[in-house]
Amino acid sequence: MFAYLVRRLLLMLVTLFGISIVIFFLLRIVPGNIVDILFAAAGYVDPADKASLEKELGIDQPLVVQYWHWISGFLRGDFGYSYVSEKPALQEILPRIPITARLAGLALLFSASIGIPLGVISAVKQGTRLDYALRIVSLSGLSLPSFWLGLLILTASVAMFNQMPIFNPNPQTWLEAFATYAVPAAAVGFRSAALTMRITRSSMLEVLRQDYIRTARAKGASDAAVNYQHALKNAILPVITVIGIEAAFLIGGLIVTETVFNIPGVARFLVEAIRWRDYPIVQNLVMLIAIVVVSANFIVDMLYAVFDPRIRYTD
Amino acid sequence: MRSVRALAATAALSLLAFSTIALAGEPKQGGILRMYHRDSPGNASIHEGATYSLNVPFMPVFNNLVIYKQDVAQNSMDTIVPELAESWAWVNDNKTLTFKLRAGVKWHDGKPFTSADVKCTFDMLMGKSQQKFRQNPRKTWYEQVNDVSTNGDLEVSFNLKRPQPSLLALLASGYTPVYPCHVSPGDMRTHPIGTGPFKFVEFKANESIKLTRNPDYWRKGRPYLDGIEFTIIPNRSTAILAFVAGKFDMAFPTEVSIPLLKDVKSQAPNAVCVVEPNNVATNIIVNSSAPPFDNIDIRRAMALSLDRKAFISIMFEGQGDVGGTLLPPPNGLWGMPKEMLESIPGYGPDINANREEAKKLMQKAGYGPDKHLAVKVSTRNIPVYRDPAVILIDQLKSIYIDGELDVVETANWFPKIARKDYMLGLNLTGNAVDDPDQSFYENYSCGSERNYTNYCNKEIEKLFDVQSQETDLNKRKKLVWDIDKKLQEDVARPIIFHARTGSCWQPYVKGVTVMSNSSYNGYRYEDVWMDK
Repeated sequence: MFAYLVRRLLLMLVTLFGISIVIFFLLRIVPGNIVDILFAAAGYVDPADKASLEKELGIDQPLVVQYWHWISGFLRGDFGYSYVSEKPALQEILPRIPITARLAGLALLFSASIGIPLGVISAVKQGTRLDYALRIVSLSGLSLPSFWLGLLILTASVAMFNQMPIFNPNPQTWLEAFATYAVPAAAVGFRSAALTMRITRSSMLEVLRQDYIRTARAKGASDAAVNYQHALKNAILPVITVIGIEAAFLIGGLIVTETVFNIPGVARFLVEAIRWRDYPIVQNLVMLIAIVVVSANFIVDMLYAVFDPRIRYTD
Repeated sequence: MRSVRALAATAALSLLAFSTIALAGEPKQGGILRMYHRDSPGNASIHEGATYSLNVPFMPVFNNLVIYKQDVAQNSMDTIVPELAESWAWVNDNKTLTFKLRAGVKWHDGKPFTSADVKCTFDMLMGKSQQKFRQNPRKTWYEQVNDVSTNGDLEVSFNLKRPQPSLLALLASGYTPVYPCHVSPGDMRTHPIGTGPFKFVEFKANESIKLTRNPDYWRKGRPYLDGIEFTIIPNRSTAILAFVAGKFDMAFPTEVSIPLLKDVKSQAPNAVCVVEPNNVATNIIVNSSAPPFDNIDIRRAMALSLDRKAFISIMFEGQGDVGGTLLPPPNGLWGMPKEMLESIPGYGPDINANREEAKKLMQKAGYGPDKHLAVKVSTRNIPVYRDPAVILIDQLKSIYIDGELDVVETANWFPKIARKDYMLGLNLTGNAVDDPDQSFYENYSCGSERNYTNYCNKEIEKLFDVQSQETDLNKRKKLVWDIDKKLQEDVARPIIFHARTGSCWQPYVKGVTVMSNSSYNGYRYEDVWMDK
């Protein structure tokens, strides 16, 4: 087990090193840098001013030197300064993380709490009108882009209630805070809920045809006990896997949702930072996200090993 | 008896109406003005930017020496009023402009404002001081200024190489605030200190900008508002919906497009909306240093093919202006009169005749129905650039030019233009002040950094100087018209149209004036108040 742990840990470090290289060089491959953008905003290009600014920001140095400055600083916890706001990068990144985390968490909760029960109902009532209706809902969820759904929700809110559910930075009550996140979370979680529902349905249909389900029914177990205690328990594994994958994909959906609902989270901030070629923000933020994802994978790998001895001995 | 009663009732109603008007007209103190901002400005230093995304939130923090009167829509020499200066005078054969400064003015950090601050600001703008701006896009404005000298704490003089009456207009722009000597340019980018009606509180990139009332403002009783809060909403649909739902007291100025204006008026019928020219000209930049546009015939043919009214009707439902380099009248002060404009090739009303002439020029250059000229039309990847570029490509087809849209990210736009790595470009040129000096020298003088096409005509350059020194307004106007006509005939940078845009606010917001010949100068907001 110890050897397995060390191997996984080393693999994790190598992965993170690889990611740092990819982030760093990909950013430099994208045409233009912060100085180009600043001069574009000012409407002129003065070669002397440009060179002086590049020198001031250190982006005139060889790439290897720039990489070393960044990665050594990152390991020391010195994230440098944002090129745009000229504030410490960490100070810019940290306050935005909880906002996106809450939104993502709520979206996943929405996805699971709506998708799983409806998926079970759809499977149990297979071929009925209710099943068809739920399948249409799930297909709609997969077909509607979240930004469009977001705009529809906003337009409908204004037209019907003259209310605008955009981000409130200072909610007075927990209900207000919940409302601030609930609508955008629903918009972004709808697609995820639809996917969860479809996976739950197909997984349940497969399980419901198993012999042990027939046995349970023969023994006189109630429908609820059969569906939820026997069938769902075994059908849930692929659903959990999908929800896990969705969590990683969620960041893509959050970028547009944060833009439409004007939420100052990490996802929109990252896109803005890329637009400005704000290297310290992009590099450190992507690296932090990578650490979270890689660490989560590492923990899952460890849990697999704990629960499945075959992994311990064969990997 | 009945008529007496009716008379009494009428009198009472009139009195009530009068008192209501009087009450509504009396400015009220207090309230935070909530406005959305269209994007997150790169920093907070007006001198280091060239977008009104900076002027709108940060102009209230500062004062100029002089400023365009904030309650008059049309900026002109007659509407310039003193601000940090109490008075000014031209002396020494109009080669020295001397300002007497206001006493007792304090910076927001409590330090006194003196003539040294004025000298520091303009020395930095002219690149003569130790401290430097990271970017200095309006350095050319002060090319005729030899130096700035002080005489005690309350007098400052601009000593010029030659007379330049329009210097006063440049000093009145929203782009010309006075900065404090004791605050570095770096600090001004992140935490600006001014003498203006509002103090800077915070700027959270991509989130918000907050200003609060300056209780020690030198103009007693101003500002009326307790503060201004800008919420940054880059998504235009979200922003407009939020305004309609009453989340904001004011939409970002001049940012409501004509089609969106209809939505606003239908969903918020009480909103006050005005449509004004923003003095931003949509134009074509031509790379005349390389084939095929080094051929003047092809340049002229291209200019002749333009149907400017079609652009205006498609993009602005007819609400735009056709003109030369300078904004046309009545809003513009210096634009050519209609008859003169229509005498320029390509500006005449008969589009078909113009295009027939253009086809002949193309045929002379070796192109025709069987041999089309393939060009790339480069432009920035922003709708206000992209949309007219698409219409331009369509119109060029009529004269055997097959255009292909080349959309360029903002980061690469100016480097590409500077490298001359383009054939045709669709560009927007905003004018900070409605004055020929700013426009001519910035965009058409040989060697100017913003003369993207490197157009250089020494004869016209001489005329720039002649008009610039002319103190007689009418004489100067005629000179300016002749120059503008020549620039259009030379196809230096063909102007397609001058846009008009909408500004909206809630009915209880009072004292807002949207400038009609510049979108950079009207955001001091010290006279704005809320009737609620």
